[in-house]
Amino acid sequence: MSVTVGHLYPEHLNIYADRGNIAVLRRRCEWRGIEFAVAECGPGDPTPKADLYYLGGGQDRDQVLIADDLLARTADLRTAVGDGAGVLAVCGGYQLLGHGYRGHQGDEMPGTGLVDLTTVAGPTRMIGNITLRCELDPGDQRTLVGFENHAGRTTLGPGVQPLGRVVRGNGNNGDDGGEGVQHGMIIGTYVHGPLLPKNPWLADWLIAAALRRHGDERELEPLDDGLELAAHRTAAAIA
Amino acid sequence: MIFRAEVVVARLAAAASRRTGSGGGTTLPGKLLLRLSPDAIGTLAAPLDRSTVVSATNGKTTTAKMAASVLESGGADLCRNHGGANLDSGIASALLTARAGQVGLFEVDEAALTGVCATLRPSTLVLGNLFRDQLDRYGELELIGDRWRSLVAGLAGDTVVAYNADDPLVAGVGVAAPKGFGFGIEDASVSRESMQHAADSKWCSRCGHRLGYDAVFLGHLGHWRCPNCGNARPAPAVVARAVRTIGLEASEFTLELPSGSAAVRLPVGGLYNVYNALAAAAIGHAHGIAAATVADGLGRFSAAFGRGERIDLDGRPALVLLIKNPAGANEVIRTLAAEPARKTLVVALNDRIADGRDVSWIWDVDFEELAPQVAQVVVTGTRAAEMGMRLKYAGLDAAAIRVEPALEAALDAGRAAGEGPLYLLPTYTAMLDLRRLLVDRGAVRPYWEAA
Repeated sequence: MSVTVGHLYPEHLNIYADRGNIAVLRRRCEWRGIEFAVAECGPGDPTPKADLYYLGGGQDRDQVLIADDLLARTADLRTAVGDGAGVLAVCGGYQLLGHGYRGHQGDEMPGTGLVDLTTVAGPTRMIGNITLRCELDPGDQRTLVGFENHAGRTTLGPGVQPLGRVVRGNGNNGDDGGEGVQHGMIIGTYVHGPLLPKNPWLADWLIAAALRRHGDERELEPLDDGLELAAHRTAAAIA
Repeated sequence: MIFRAEVVVARLAAAASRRTGSGGGTTLPGKLLLRLSPDAIGTLAAPLDRSTVVSATNGKTTTAKMAASVLESGGADLCRNHGGANLDSGIASALLTARAGQVGLFEVDEAALTGVCATLRPSTLVLGNLFRDQLDRYGELELIGDRWRSLVAGLAGDTVVAYNADDPLVAGVGVAAPKGFGFGIEDASVSRESMQHAADSKWCSRCGHRLGYDAVFLGHLGHWRCPNCGNARPAPAVVARAVRTIGLEASEFTLELPSGSAAVRLPVGGLYNVYNALAAAAIGHAHGIAAATVADGLGRFSAAFGRGERIDLDGRPALVLLIKNPAGANEVIRTLAAEPARKTLVVALNDRIADGRDVSWIWDVDFEELAPQVAQVVVTGTRAAEMGMRLKYAGLDAAAIRVEPALEAALDAGRAAGEGPLYLLPTYTAMLDLRRLLVDRGAVRPYWEAA
């Protein structure tokens, strides 16, 4: 059984050490004897077949460079999601999941519209450590820790659920207490640091979901997460 | 004479700071002075013969120290800031001792550069490199590039801008100056096989197309060209040829200035230090110093604390190598990995404001290259476990990683572990803590004494 991650625009969207997220998925599969592959996808490349698509954040300039290319593959991503594939989008990638981004000068960058959410540039950047409470599976409460750094204020459409509730930090817009989005198997968030190393439960949740696509319903065997949990505790304590 | 009184107050503050041992008076007096007299920098710098300002993401302190050695070899009497005190307060503090006829030499924080240049009006401005650094503090790289572009556009016409021709972003800024020249490496044999992950300016600053490289020396520094619009590395006037790096010990190269050439033996390793030496040589050239004298000055340079300085830790040799952003840390790792021996490391990761509160940058550092050589590592600092976790995902066995958040305990654990030299890799504030600790133990001199 193998897990394939489709890494979209790794050369452009990598500003907050996004490769750390890929490294964590890779190692946590390898340590359990699960085959793991990354299919990198740059502008103009065909959209690869994958269990999970990863979209990171980029400098403003880099995001403009890939925006049109991403829009052109929206249909491919919609089909893949309809077929059970997941999407993990962080920071700039998260904003591109929605209808678009309106900048300070009123400039509009269209998004994919895969999820009903919109982002508007705010007057200041929201920067700092952040802690969330998440419940991706009913009854299973988890803590998510990391760092946020964004000028965008994101508002979710009616009925769209955030990834978690902000315990400390700003989240989507600093007002409604929500952070990120969870829409079926699509997850978007401003939390980096990177996201997955200090939140191994989320990495494992994504791996288990990818395996289920191949009919593998196993409980993932636990790993020695001593360092991960210590790093998680430190981050939670300073948020 | 109101200004005189303010200067006296600030000088008394500097003396008090040194006497109480709280610091070298490297920033506090200037802070005080700038509050009393906001244009103090321009006023205090007036008696100086001329001034040179150096800025870059990486290598400011080392470049300034190398340039000091070069200018002193050329007979200059210097007024300069020390120990990374490179904001306006640090410059103002240094200027408190300025005397007529002295030459000013200042390293300046890349984000503070515009303000300092506006009042100091340097005769030479050296732009070294721009790398991704502390996004929570500096913002995106392009923003610093834009600020530098406006700075250069507003410079007095006679200011000489010396720029790193191998850095596409910096070269784009530098070539726009009315007076200036580039520096760079002309030796494809020290090229990397591929670009590092953390490479930043991979796209043409004119048209956005991906840049092509005939040689990549470090990060995104190299022989670049845009296949789309024809934008390309400007031919540098100050170059290093026949470059040979000898591990952590030294580097040798042939320095070519428009006025002549000379063989340089630089007593520190790492290709990044060849770039620092080129920036220092560019300053020498701007001052009309001959190549042989520049080479002599570079040969007499000794490393600044935390930039490859060797220390004796109760009988065990130790080397302190500052790591503060992906590009700089990658060069430290590349240089360390070139020495094949199994190593004992102490890695200190802090997340204070001067380090950047966001520690995600450690995931952009290629610790994977070093992991196979690490026998044991002690991780320490405010984010010790985070650092340990990073090394585990880089391929290090969790059993080889010891978490010791307190720096002193970590230093003792490192000293007792393994054999051979101990490599200490601290982030910026961890380096300052480490220095204080080593001063207390008598292993190094206080920074205001070590010029």
